[in-house]
Amino acid sequence: MTATATTIRPARSGGALTGHLGDTLALAGRHLTHLRRSPGRLILVTMNPLVMLVAVGYLFRNSMQVPGHVAYEDFIMAGIAIQVGLTGVGPTAIGVALDLRHGLVDRFRSLPISPVSVLVGRTLSDLFVGAVSLTAVSLVGLAVGWRPHEGVLRTAAGFAVLLAFVYVMLWVGILLGTTQKNVEAIDGTGALVLVVFSFLSNAYVSVGGLPGWLRPVAEWNPVTSVITTCRRLWGNDPAGAAGTGFPSQHPGVVTAITLTALLVVAVLGSVRGFRRAVGR
Amino acid sequence: MSSSDIAILAEGLGKTYRSHTALHGIDLSVPAGTVLGVLGPNGAGKTTTVRILATLVQPSAGRATVAGHDVVRDSREVRRRIGLAGQYAAVDELLTGRENIVLLARLLRFGRRGAARRATELLERFELTEAADRPVGTYSGGMRRRLDLATCVIGDPEVLFLDEPTTGLDPTSRAVLWDIVRDLVAGGVTILLTTQYLEEADELADRIAVIDAGRVIAEGTPQSLKRQVGNEFLEITVARPENLGDAVAALSGLGGRAPAVDEGARRVSVQLGPDGLDEVARAALALRDKGVPLADFELRRPTLDDVFFDLTGTGRKEETQ
Repeated sequence: MTATATTIRPARSGGALTGHLGDTLALAGRHLTHLRRSPGRLILVTMNPLVMLVAVGYLFRNSMQVPGHVAYEDFIMAGIAIQVGLTGVGPTAIGVALDLRHGLVDRFRSLPISPVSVLVGRTLSDLFVGAVSLTAVSLVGLAVGWRPHEGVLRTAAGFAVLLAFVYVMLWVGILLGTTQKNVEAIDGTGALVLVVFSFLSNAYVSVGGLPGWLRPVAEWNPVTSVITTCRRLWGNDPAGAAGTGFPSQHPGVVTAITLTALLVVAVLGSVRGFRRAVGR
Repeated sequence: MSSSDIAILAEGLGKTYRSHTALHGIDLSVPAGTVLGVLGPNGAGKTTTVRILATLVQPSAGRATVAGHDVVRDSREVRRRIGLAGQYAAVDELLTGRENIVLLARLLRFGRRGAARRATELLERFELTEAADRPVGTYSGGMRRRLDLATCVIGDPEVLFLDEPTTGLDPTSRAVLWDIVRDLVAGGVTILLTTQYLEEADELADRIAVIDAGRVIAEGTPQSLKRQVGNEFLEITVARPENLGDAVAALSGLGGRAPAVDEGARRVSVQLGPDGLDEVARAALALRDKGVPLADFELRRPTLDDVFFDLTGTGRKEETQ
């Protein structure tokens, strides 16, 4: 060890924007390294939808009734795919909460970087997890009989909608992780989100198959709109599966509005929660 | 140092949380290139003070400048000039030591190659080269702290905040860390370190501020503070309770005050005067003359408890065995 002061100085090159981008990518890289070292999260987020796909889409397919002439394997695919987004809420929230608890975030915060970079960095790597998981789910879906019928572009558009949904859900997870300290509570909340939002939608059955008083809830559940949008892009949507209300006629519009609103609320809330959590 | 020779200046720092007041107006002034030891028990406000100075927490009252910049108004400028090592080593367990340093170096905008170079250099300097490519989860406590400290000095900070840097470390790791800190000071870094150990402050600090219940209750050089606290204690434990009386007699007249007796522990203790060694010899002779069988005979340095007892007249914990 020597006491000589080193001569390397931080090279603050480039504009503010490329700087933030570099920070964000470096932080996303950290999470990707985590995934490589401890792939449990990737496996969890992928296994959950796969189990549902096999359990409901394959084992129960003969007992499931959907209106019209759509195969149940086709029908259920979008409903399974949104689970990738819902399943990711809990793990993302826990990751954020643990970082906050651990003091690592203090270190990041004592650096001249934006707190937004810290959070966006995490969403980028978690979006990668979501994409891998969606790919796995689609491949297994194809294997059990799912087929998109509307051509490559509309199929890709469906996946784009799903990725957008996954991304918004990640921010919901971050909001949960920055505002709730207790990891067990976060875990429970994540599980609740998954069950409530997927079962109170048209993921497994058409809205008409639910008890009457629940139908409006399921119709207006944003998850229903996301599913219906995907089904229509893939040619997997039997008439009436989304109910009869406004969202069933304009699922794309409802999806765009609700996801945008949710994203704005979650991002603002997360940044605020993050600042507060660190400022304690 | 840019404009002044004071690297850390705090004036009347206060922090009030919803239910309680953590700081009641802390004043500190640390000349550049020196070490201030902030001494105090748990909950005294040490960490809150550090977090305010490191721009993580906003003060409710008062103001502070670090490295010439206001911690509230110019927090970004402050952050470019400081390093902070919190109470727990803030390192990523799943990353290797090298990856930890590279990540933070990139966040300090060293660029890819600059970051890699800096990592190699710091791993060497903090004696972590061998473990550099192992995940930090496999590191010992001392190695973690060293890595933590390495990540703090990546950007050559002017001011370093070390919040209880050696809490929970074994004596060897502690000594290694002290050496590193001395090295940094020799390189011109200003350091504010908090500690619960008088010995640590004594070893490292040029000046010591004692904090209790959110206030600075004493400030000075380790020497002056110790003088204030007093000299070492001679503590003897007798083998049989019936010898306590003889022991007290043997120790009477040493130091300034009467010996304190703890009958349950069969222990007599007395604070020695300025010519301590002489008094120890006298005590030993007197005990031998009286034929008092001893279980223990030891010199004890003033502890933090003694500091508080002396400074506040309260807070000395009942000694229990």
